[in-house]
Amino acid sequence: MKTFTATIRDTLAAELRRDPNVFLIGEDIGAYGGAFGVTRGLISEFGPNRIRDTPISEQALIGTAIGAAAAGLRPVAEIMFMDFITLAVDQLTNLAAKLHYIYKLPCPIVVRTPAGGGRGYGATHSQTLERLFTGTPGLHIAAPSTAADASALLQSAIRGATPVIFIEHKLLYPLRWEIGLTLPPPLPFGHANITHSGNNVTVVAWSYMAHLALTAANQLAAEGIGVEVVDLRTLAPLDEETITAAVRKTGRLLIVEEGPKTGGFAGEIAARIFETSYDYLEAPLRRLAGPDTPVPASRTLEAACIPTVETIANAIRELASL
Amino acid sequence: MTFHSDFDCYGRMVLIRRFEEAVERLFSEGRITGTAHVCIGQEAIAVGMAAAMQPNDAFTSTHRGHGHFLAMGGDPGRMMAEMFGKATGYAYGRAGSQMMSDLSLGFYGANGITAGSMGLACGLALQAQYHNTGRVVVCTIGDGASNEGMFHESLNLAALWHLPLVVVCENNGYAMSTPLSVGLANQSIAARAAAYGITGTAVDGNSLSAVRDAVSLALTQARSGKGLQLVECHTYRLSGHSKGDKREYRSPAEEAAAWENEPLARLAAELEKQYPDAPGRIAQLNQQAAETIAAAIEFAVSSPDPDPSTVCDDLFAPHLPTA
Ligand SMILES: Cc1ncc(C[n+]2csc(CCOP(=O)(O)OP(=O)(O)O)c2C)c(N)n1
Ligand SMILES: [Mg+2]
Repeated sequence: MKTFTATIRDTLAAELRRDPNVFLIGEDIGAYGGAFGVTRGLISEFGPNRIRDTPISEQALIGTAIGAAAAGLRPVAEIMFMDFITLAVDQLTNLAAKLHYIYKLPCPIVVRTPAGGGRGYGATHSQTLERLFTGTPGLHIAAPSTAADASALLQSAIRGATPVIFIEHKLLYPLRWEIGLTLPPPLPFGHANITHSGNNVTVVAWSYMAHLALTAANQLAAEGIGVEVVDLRTLAPLDEETITAAVRKTGRLLIVEEGPKTGGFAGEIAARIFETSYDYLEAPLRRLAGPDTPVPASRTLEAACIPTVETIANAIRELASL
Repeated sequence: MTFHSDFDCYGRMVLIRRFEEAVERLFSEGRITGTAHVCIGQEAIAVGMAAAMQPNDAFTSTHRGHGHFLAMGGDPGRMMAEMFGKATGYAYGRAGSQMMSDLSLGFYGANGITAGSMGLACGLALQAQYHNTGRVVVCTIGDGASNEGMFHESLNLAALWHLPLVVVCENNGYAMSTPLSVGLANQSIAARAAAYGITGTAVDGNSLSAVRDAVSLALTQARSGKGLQLVECHTYRLSGHSKGDKREYRSPAEEAAAWENEPLARLAAELEKQYPDAPGRIAQLNQQAAETIAAAIEFAVSSPDPDPSTVCDDLFAPHLPTA
């Protein structure tokens, strides 16, 4: 049994060993090991040149990673909390995403970043901001929900040629999975995973919400409600084929998203299903997401902002009864 | 908040110390959750700045803001309630440790984004200049924050426009685990003033009087139309960066040496040298601080949780009257 954290660390170590051009860059990732301990200990094997601490300069560190990638290195950057990626959105949006299209330069950078609420960190340390990038062609986005998927996707992200935003949910870090001694093989982007099969309701989710959706599906099986859970694994590219097939199978769709409902990626999925599969829907599709408000620090208030196993299960029950 | 004497300043400094010790204890006991950055060892800067300010002046803070807030007159009970996420907290539990504010005290908030309050400070100063109110804004940041683009953009803009702004950098030697030598190409932050054609001074941040004098002078200059001032205060962060920091990146010997220079004991020693009745007065202030913090915790614990149905309230300001 290995934690999400340790699996990512081992994957980074394996990639650092495999390719001397791979290096890590970020704030407090060296001796400190990163705010969530993901890179802990790596500096003793790989040294400060490859586990590179930066000043608190998100824009410059991402820009530097992009330049190094364009010149042939393979930087894996860490942005300490996804909330702080806002300071580097320019470099990612206006440079990384356009580097190959305009300049014909490769941009094999990976930006790892912890996202999400549930730890009482407050409004500027709890956001899920994939929506800042889902509408930017030229970027790939991974949002795994298990340690094995995280490892497999991280390997292909590091070995690829495309800039990747790699989202690690903070609540996944301490969870444990049976991983085995060897890491899983790399997994190409754009392949969703059916993590639970059922005939009544399809649930589409990613990152920690996919983990909760699976838990809800297991509970509901006992009640006789069959849930088909589609774990997207990557938002860009999006595996529309798998989603579509799963929706057509059950005729009912719930999309679960952690962030505010307005402007979220769930809306994009809903629109696509409506375009392609309207005739297959037996009930109106549903989105379960956060309210349109910042994430407050108080546990009581924060809990009112984020879907839970219970609210997901209730939404599924309701949809199944329509 | 008015400070009539150095004893007043000591009283507030010891209150800050006890507040921060309580926060650390409550975290370790699991009674408060989330995160917090305490300022043990940096109390002289908080109180020195506040003592130099005039009632109408404004202040912007950082993630390490409890001391600043208390120095500006923040109520320990409501602050503690905010730490506990209670409805009686400064932001009804929305802010937590990192974003508390009280505009009635001129305290425009702690800020969870490194250097994130600098634009706000520039804007507050712009309003003061625009309406010629005589107000000066004090903006605190850390040494690590001086590496953000925001620091450089704000300094250039504020210098260019002669904004009534005093930027106080609390140089505590570390940004999280990153020592100055790993974070700054030029370790003097005051020296950066030259790049913007402004005055930069560096002072002993563990000396109440040194901080107060330097910030007073900077405020006078800024108020008289000379514009942006930069004051660097040298200090040491005696605790970990935040809860859970094992401080493996520095040695116990280094910390022990820093404790020898901590500002509270230094001020107590100075007062005892100057005033024969100091020991008794200090003991009384220590006692008062302990009682105030105990009462603050009691208030927080006995306060109700916020009502989850209020979670979307106040997202937008009510209609503002226009001219
Ligand atoms: C934009 C941004 N980047 C990184 C962080 C994480 N972080 C919080 S405090 C901190 C260190 C700040 O150092 P400094 O400015 O010296 O202040 P100190 O903590 O020493 O008071 C870091 C890296 C953040 N909150 N915001
Ligand atoms: Mg610092």
